[in-house]
Amino acid sequence: MMEVCNCIEPQWPADELLMKYQYISDFFIAVAYFSIPLELIYFVKKSAVFPYRWVLVQFGAFIVLCGATHLINLWTFTTHSRTVALVMTTAKVLTAVVSCATALMLVHIIPDLLSVKTRELFLKNKAAELDREMGLIRTQEETGRHVRMLTHEIRSTLDRHTILKTTLVELGRTLALEECALWMPTRTGLELQLSYTLRQQHPVEYTVPIQLPVINQVFGTSRAVKISPNSPVARLRPVSGKYLLGEVVAVRVPLLHLSNFQINDWPELSTKRYALMVLMLPSDSARQWHVHELELVEVVADQVAVALSHAAILEESMRARDLLMEQNVALDIARREAETAIRARNDFLAVMNHEMRTPMHAIIALSSLLQETELTPEQRLMVETVLKSSSLLATLMNDVLDLSRLEDGSLQLELGTFNLHTLFREVLNLIKPIAVVKKLPITLNLAPDLPEFVVGDEKRLMQIILNIVGNAVKFSKQGSISVTALVTKSDNRAPPDFFVVPTGSHFYLRVKVKDLGAGINPQDIPKLFTKFAQTQSLATRSSGGSGLGLAISKRFVNLMEGNIWIESEGVGKGCTAIFDVKLGISNESKQSGIPKVPANPQHVNFAGLKVLVMDENGVSRMVTKGLLVHLGCEVATVSSSEECLRVVSHEHRVVFMDVCTPGVENYQIALRIHEKFTKRHQRPLLVALTGNTDKSTKERCMSFGLDGVLLKPVSLDNMRNVLSDLLEHRVLYEAM
Amino acid sequence: MDAHVAQLQMQYRNYILSLYQQGFLDDQFTELKSLQDDGSPDFVAEVLSLFFDDCVKLVGNMARALDQTGTVDFSQVGANVHQLKGSSSSVGAKRVKGLCINFKELCEAKNYEGCVRCLQQVDIEYKTLKAKLQDMFNLEKQIVQAGGIVPQVDIN
Repeated sequence: MMEVCNCIEPQWPADELLMKYQYISDFFIAVAYFSIPLELIYFVKKSAVFPYRWVLVQFGAFIVLCGATHLINLWTFTTHSRTVALVMTTAKVLTAVVSCATALMLVHIIPDLLSVKTRELFLKNKAAELDREMGLIRTQEETGRHVRMLTHEIRSTLDRHTILKTTLVELGRTLALEECALWMPTRTGLELQLSYTLRQQHPVEYTVPIQLPVINQVFGTSRAVKISPNSPVARLRPVSGKYLLGEVVAVRVPLLHLSNFQINDWPELSTKRYALMVLMLPSDSARQWHVHELELVEVVADQVAVALSHAAILEESMRARDLLMEQNVALDIARREAETAIRARNDFLAVMNHEMRTPMHAIIALSSLLQETELTPEQRLMVETVLKSSSLLATLMNDVLDLSRLEDGSLQLELGTFNLHTLFREVLNLIKPIAVVKKLPITLNLAPDLPEFVVGDEKRLMQIILNIVGNAVKFSKQGSISVTALVTKSDNRAPPDFFVVPTGSHFYLRVKVKDLGAGINPQDIPKLFTKFAQTQSLATRSSGGSGLGLAISKRFVNLMEGNIWIESEGVGKGCTAIFDVKLGISNESKQSGIPKVPANPQHVNFAGLKVLVMDENGVSRMVTKGLLVHLGCEVATVSSSEECLRVVSHEHRVVFMDVCTPGVENYQIALRIHEKFTKRHQRPLLVALTGNTDKSTKERCMSFGLDGVLLKPVSLDNMRNVLSDLLEHRVLYEAM
Repeated sequence: MDAHVAQLQMQYRNYILSLYQQGFLDDQFTELKSLQDDGSPDFVAEVLSLFFDDCVKLVGNMARALDQTGTVDFSQVGANVHQLKGSSSSVGAKRVKGLCINFKELCEAKNYEGCVRCLQQVDIEYKTLKAKLQDMFNLEKQIVQAGGIVPQVDIN
């Protein structure tokens, strides 16, 4: 029953309202407390990352227990059994424990959570910064794109005007400029002239003196400089007061002039020329020049400068190329003229060679004949003078002709084997008469190791020795003359630029001619070898001579890969002429000098040799036939190449064909004969008879398969030699 | 009798020498003479008669070619000149050959006046030579008739 106890009796009937409210509140608190963890669990499960699960569990436990406590509280409003009180106490105790634990845990957690917040703020700031930078980069990239586009436009042309015009247009477009102008320096360099503008079609021919401070300021730096809109370079339009002029920027554009590229001019790098580019923002727009825009302008200015310099280089190289082409044309003409001149000279020489010598010989021969007839002393004197003069003239002509050919390089040595000792003796025999008359004893010393049979150009060597010894005799009035010949090794007396090295089958012959005559002034020695130079005055010249002798000798010596020089101690002390020439050592000792004459006389008799002669010219045909018949051959003749092909057989050993007729390809027949006779031993030998035996003719003959070439008209000896050589060796190329 | 032969021989020698020295003949003629032997005793005469016939023919051709009214075919003339040059150089007719060389150049230059003049010179020249050689042969005949032998004339 209702005992009065010390426990608090819920005054249910009296405070029923309060109780009811408490009851309800507790109930709701319990519900809330139970639902919060559920919500938490739900949302955490949803989110993938939540680092504080343990805390959650704790928190959840705390809340659940609190809720449990409040729930259990519901039962304590009415009388409750001890179990309920026990459960309540347990719940409370647990709650207390957990909440304390949670409280303790939170001490650790909350700073972390707070710092998360800080980090979040930090990241937000960073993101904002990055956004800003992105914006900047994007702007820069835009700028870069603009620059690239501009550059591409500017550099896509090499024409100066287009470059400048395009620059202004593109800049105007990119930067949305109101006006853009370019001032170029005038020729004098003292003023700047308005050359190009963007908007105005026909700019007024403005000039501005170059020494303005604002201009100097701009020219002084490579950066874009903001200038006042009122400065003379910026005042391009008539100013009316309404406008608030936009900001103006000016930049310099270096100009490279053509003269900078010419190396031999004085270097003008210090006085650079600049053009001025002025850019105006639209008025009344309150736009400002941004840094990246200024940079853009500077970059463009540089590019323009480069493009202009390229254009200048191109102009220059075009000019140089045109100049070169002109020069080439001129050179070509000059070369052709020179060639024509040389050809004319050679033609002239060729004619002179024969035609002029003939009358000379006639004069000389007839004068000699005349000498042998009965003459009065006066007549004899006259005839002798004629003879002497004509001999002189003949020698002169020969010298000049020889020298011309030598200088051409067209003279070639005619090598042959000859007896060196005999040559020297012959020379001496030729000179002896004159020397005896002048009472000049001549001695000849031949070194014991001097080879007897050598290979070289006998005629020319004799000419050289004769010339030197002759000079010695000519210019000596008394004394003796000694001629020494020896084989030389490297000798320190030779001029320093020439070294003598005897090679295997060659040796160097040294000839020294010493006289005790007039001598030569050492200063005159270099002149000796020049053409037409005489050391003595005309009055003292006792004998004739063109002064060419030594020049010719020198050329011959050079052709023989040698050297010639003269030593003299002075006037009146005599002189020594020395020359070295390269000669070959002959292995065989031949009796005669002509190697073409065979040692065995087997083929001298050509009895019964069957040959074929093809010649369109009846007279030539007959003569050639007569020649061959005289040699004993059996000769058949034909007068055309068709007939020749028909008649030719393997019995014919040699076919002589005339290839003189111009315009007709006589050489074809050689090819046809080759075709006809496939076996080499059956084919007859082919010899061409032609009017000239120059190199080109010989090459042509060789290319058409001919075995030999003969110059018409052929002499008997020549024909004999040719035939024997041909039959012996089956090939022959010789010139007459 | 011997003196007469000797005189004829001397005359002959001088005549031949003069022919050479006056440029009528050159070394080729010497060669030609050297080909004459017992095997072909009239070789020189045969060759020379063939040559002079050739001259007549070629000169006639050239005269006709140059006589043409209208355009003259210089290549035709040139071909004939070439033939004549070849013939004259084969027999050693020096002057004729020299004229032929000039003639050839005139043909190449298509110089009508020059060609006509040159042709006349060639005509005169070969006829002169023919006459001279005829004299030479007559001398030879005289020597042989007088009982002597024709001397070999050494030109040099």
